[in-house]
Amino acid sequence: MSRVLVGVKRVIDYAVKVRVKPDKTGVVTEGVKHSMNPFDEIAVEEAIKLKEKKIATEVIAVSVGPTQSQEVIRTALAMGADRGVHVEVSGKDYDLLQPIHVSKILAKLALDEKADLVILGKQAIDDDSNQTAQMTAAVLDWPQGTFCNKVEKTDAGLTITREIDGGLEVIKTKIPAVLSADLRLNTPRYATLPNIMKAKKKPLKKITPKDLGVDTAPRIEVVSVEEPPVRQAGAVVPDVDTLVGKLKEGGHI
Amino acid sequence: MLLSRCTSKNLISPKIGIKFFSAKPKRDFKDARTQPKHSQAKSSSSFMMNVFRGKLETKEVFPYPDVLHADQKELITSFVGPFEKFFLESNNPTKNDENSKIDDEVLDQLWQLGAFGIQVPEKYGGLGLSNTQYGRLCEIIGQNDLSVGITLGAHQSIGFKGILLFGNEKQKEKYLPGLASEKVYAAFALTEPSSGSDAASIRTRAVKSDDGKYYIINGSKIWISNGGIADIMTVFAQTEQIDPETGEKKDKVTAFIVERSFEGVTNGPPEKKMGIKASNTTSVYFENVKVPIENVLGEEGEGFKVAMSILNNGRFGMGATLAGTMRVCIEKAVEHATNRVQFGKKIKEYGGIQEKISQMNILQYATESMAYTISQNMDQGSKEYHLEAAISKVFASESAWYVCDEAIQILGGMGFMKEAELERVLRDLRIFRIFEGTNDILRLFVVLTGIQYAGSHLKVLQNALKNPAANFGIVSSEISKRVSKSIGLGAIDFKPFVAPELLPYSQKTAACIESFGKTIEDLLVKYGKNIVNEQYILNRLSNAAIDIYAMVVTLSRSSRAYELNLPTAQHELNLTKALCIQASNRVMDNIQSTKAKSQMELLNIMGEIAGEVYTKGGVNTTHVITNC
Ligand SMILES: Cc1cc2nc3c(=O)[nH]c(=O)nc-3n(C[C@H](O)[C@H](O)[C@H](O)COP(=O)(O)OP(=O)(O)OC[C@H]3O[C@@H](n4cnc5c(N)ncnc54)[C@H](O)[C@@H]3O)c2cc1C
Ligand SMILES: Cc1cc2nc3c(=O)[nH]c(=O)nc-3n(C[C@H](O)[C@H](O)[C@H](O)COP(=O)(O)OP(=O)(O)OC[C@H]3O[C@@H](n4cnc5c(N)ncnc54)[C@H](O)[C@@H]3O)c2cc1C
Repeated sequence: MSRVLVGVKRVIDYAVKVRVKPDKTGVVTEGVKHSMNPFDEIAVEEAIKLKEKKIATEVIAVSVGPTQSQEVIRTALAMGADRGVHVEVSGKDYDLLQPIHVSKILAKLALDEKADLVILGKQAIDDDSNQTAQMTAAVLDWPQGTFCNKVEKTDAGLTITREIDGGLEVIKTKIPAVLSADLRLNTPRYATLPNIMKAKKKPLKKITPKDLGVDTAPRIEVVSVEEPPVRQAGAVVPDVDTLVGKLKEGGHI
Repeated sequence: MLLSRCTSKNLISPKIGIKFFSAKPKRDFKDARTQPKHSQAKSSSSFMMNVFRGKLETKEVFPYPDVLHADQKELITSFVGPFEKFFLESNNPTKNDENSKIDDEVLDQLWQLGAFGIQVPEKYGGLGLSNTQYGRLCEIIGQNDLSVGITLGAHQSIGFKGILLFGNEKQKEKYLPGLASEKVYAAFALTEPSSGSDAASIRTRAVKSDDGKYYIINGSKIWISNGGIADIMTVFAQTEQIDPETGEKKDKVTAFIVERSFEGVTNGPPEKKMGIKASNTTSVYFENVKVPIENVLGEEGEGFKVAMSILNNGRFGMGATLAGTMRVCIEKAVEHATNRVQFGKKIKEYGGIQEKISQMNILQYATESMAYTISQNMDQGSKEYHLEAAISKVFASESAWYVCDEAIQILGGMGFMKEAELERVLRDLRIFRIFEGTNDILRLFVVLTGIQYAGSHLKVLQNALKNPAANFGIVSSEISKRVSKSIGLGAIDFKPFVAPELLPYSQKTAACIESFGKTIEDLLVKYGKNIVNEQYILNRLSNAAIDIYAMVVTLSRSSRAYELNLPTAQHELNLTKALCIQASNRVMDNIQSTKAKSQMELLNIMGEIAGEVYTKGGVNTTHVITNC
C-alpha cells in the first residue's frame, strides 16, 4: 500500500455553544472557535499509524471548504500527514455543500493521487450526515469499511472490526477501500508546537472543484434554521393517580 | 495592608535596600552632581520614566503597539488550540496539587509540546517565539495550572534566560538545545537564607583558582524553583574584583552557569508550601563546586546586573499569565451568578454582584493591556521597560488576588469548596506578590528609579543655573518645559491619541500626570535625596504611578478597539472609562496624602504605634476584662 487520503473538515468546535443567526439562515460562525472534526482527527491518527507501521508511505490530508479550512489541513500536517490538498469552496456554495459533492471530489482526488485507501470520519459534528464515506466508496466502486473500531493489514487486504448496534462485526476487504473512523478506533495525538512549525513548510496544494470536474452548484435551499425547542419546565405531582390523570389529559396514554 | 506601607522615618536605617535598585539606571543623585556641568541629562523613551517629570512621552503607548506580522500572528494562533487542548485533556491541576508533583507523563508531554523552549531560537531546538507570542501561551498556562506555570517559568523565564540574554555563542550551543527540548531542567539560584530582597548581599562565594581556569563555589541557596530537578542552574556568587582605576579589591557578584554534574551540587527535600505545590522548590547547596571559567555568564563582577536584567525581562510574562488566571476566575463567577437564585432572583441581577463582576473585568483588562504593551515594547527593541515591567508585576499579582477572592465570594459557600477549583488558585496566587521581587520592593523600585530620573534633570538645571550665560541652551529648554508645566492643566493633551468619547477621561489622566510630575519636583526640592527614607510618601507615589500606567494602557487599547471597530469596542471603552474614574480619584488622593498636614500627622502616629508594638513584641493594649 502506498498512499492514504484522509478527509479533514473544519467545523465549529465541539465545546462551543452553537447559536442560530437572527435571520434563521444558518448558525453563527463568525468569531466562533473552529477546529478539526473530532472523527477526522481519528481518521488522521489511523493514517499516520499506518505510516508509522510502514504499511503506508504517504498520507495526504484533504479539506473541502473556505480558505480557513487550511487551518485544519495544517493541523493534520502537524499531526504527521505529509502534504495537504485544499479544495476551495466558499460562500453560498459552501453553505449548501452536500455529502454527494464532497464524495465526488474525494473520489476524483483518490484516483488522481493514486490513493490505496481513503479514511474519513464517520460523520461531521456540524451536519451529522454520516454519508460521505459511503458515497465516496460508491462513486469509486471500492469496498467500504464503515464505523471502524480496529483496522488490521493482512496479506489479502484489511481485516476490519466495525461498531454495530449492540456489538462488533469483523469483515475482510480488499484494497483499495474506503473506511470511516468511529470513536474508539484510536486516541488521536496532539499536534505539538514544534510539529506545527514544521507543518508550515509541508506542501499544501490549492485547487477548486472545477479543476476536478465536479459541479458543486447547490441543489437544495435552506428554508429555515431553528433553535431546538426549549425544554418545558417539569412539575412535581403528589401521587401516581394524579400522574396517570395528567398523562391521560395530555393524550399520552 | 496599610501598616505594611508606612514605616516611620526613625525606624529606617538610612541605607535601606537601595542596593537593590542600583542595577538599572546607574545615575543617582551623587552622580548627577558630579556630572560635567554642561551635560544634558539623559532622556528616556519610557512612558513611565517621563511621567515622573510630568511629561507625556507617547512613543511606547500610543497607538497601542501591534508588532506581530501576519505570519507571526497566524503561527501563534495555530499554537493556541493544541496548547489549550493539552491542558484541558491531559493535565489535572487538582491532582498535581494533591500529589505536590506534576505527573511525569504530563511533564513528558509538555517537553514534546515544546513548552520548555518557547523563546529559544529555532536553531537551538526551540520555538523561537517573540515575547508577545510567549505572552499568549503564558495566558493559557495561567488559565489552567499555575504550578505548571512556575515550573515552566523557573526554567525558561529565569532559569536559563541568562544564557539567552548574556550567553556567548559557545555557551548557547552547549546548553540551549538540551534546555529547549531534551528534558534538561534549569533553575535560577539567587535567594539565600540571609539575602532575599537585598539580593546584592548574597554570601555564596566563588574563588578563582590560581591558574585562573576555574572558580570554586561555596554557599547555599533557598527556595529555588526547580532546585530539585534542575541540571543547569544560573548561580550568583560574590567574587573578588579589582577596580581597574583604583586597584582596590572589592566583592562583586558574578553569574555562573553551574551543571549539577559538577561535583558538590546537592539539594534539600521539596518544601511544603501554601500554593504552587506541584512546583518543585528546594534549597540548593554548593560545596567546593569547581566551575570552569568558560561558565561565567556575562562579565565577571557584573552578576548583579545579569540577575536584575533576567528578572526584569521575565516580568511581563507574569502579567500575561495572571491575565489568563483572572479570565478563568471571571468565567466561574459569571457562570455561578447567572444560575444561582437567592431571594427569588438570579444573583446576577443584584447591584452588588454586578459591581463585583465589572470590577473584576476592569482589573483583568488593565492587567492584560499592560502585559501586551510591555511585551510588544520589548519586541520592538525597547531597552527601558523596567518601570513598566515592575508595575505590571505588582498590578497583575494584586489584581489576580482580588479577582480570585471576589470569584470565591460570588460563589458563596461553593467557592470555599475544593471542587470549585478556586481555593487552589487563591493559594497558588499568593506567591506572586512575594517572589521575583516583593511588591513592596518593586513599588519602591518604581518610585525611586522614576525620582532619580526626574532628579537628574532637576540637578542639571540647578547646575546650569549657576552659570546661566554659559549654559543658555540647557537653561532655556529646561525652563521652557517647566514654564509650560506651570501653566498647569491642559499642557498634556491626549486628543490625538484617544477615541473621541474617551477625551474627558483622558483629561483626568492628563491632570494626574501633570499633578504627579509637579509633586515629584516639589518633594525633591523639599526632601532632596532623603526622599529615599520616606517610604510612606514613596508608596503613595508608587501607587499613583501604577494607576497612571493602568489608565494609559487601557485608554490606548480601547482606542485601538474603537479605531478598528472591533465588536467589543464599546465594552472596552466602558472598562476604560470606569478604570479612569476610579484610578484618577485614587491618584489625586495619593498625591494629596504626600503633602497634607493631616497625613503627616498620621504618618508620625503610625510610626509611634509600630515602635511601641516592636518594643512589646506584639499587640500592646490592655485587655478589657483582666486589665492586664
Ligand atoms: C515558592 C517560592 C519560589 C521561589 N523561587 C525562587 C527562585 O527560583 N530563585 C530564587 O532565587 N528565589 C526564589 N524564591 C525566593 C523569593 O524570590 C524571595 O522569597 C523574595 O525575593 C523575598 O525575599 P525574602 O523571602 O527573603 O523576604 P525579605 O527580603 O526578607 O522581605 C521580607 C519582607 O520585608 C519587606 N522588605 C524588605 N526590604 C524592605 C525595605 N527596604 N523596605 C520595605 N520593606 C522591605 C519585603 O517586601 C517583605 O515584605 C522563591 C520563593 C518562594 C516562596
Ligand atoms: C465551611 C463552611 C461551613 C458552614 N457551616 C454551616 C453550618 O454549620 N450551618 C449552616 O446552616 N450553614 C453552614 N454553612 C453555609 C453558609 O452559611 C453559607 O454558605 C452562606 O450562608 C452563604 O450561602 P450560599 O453559599 O448559599 O451563597 P449564596 O447565598 O448563594 O450567595 C452567593 C453570593 O451572592 C450574594 N448574594 C446573595 N443574595 C444577594 C442579594 N440579595 N444581593 C446581593 N448579593 C447577594 C452573596 O453575598 C454571595 O456573594 C457553611 C458553609 C461553609 C463553606
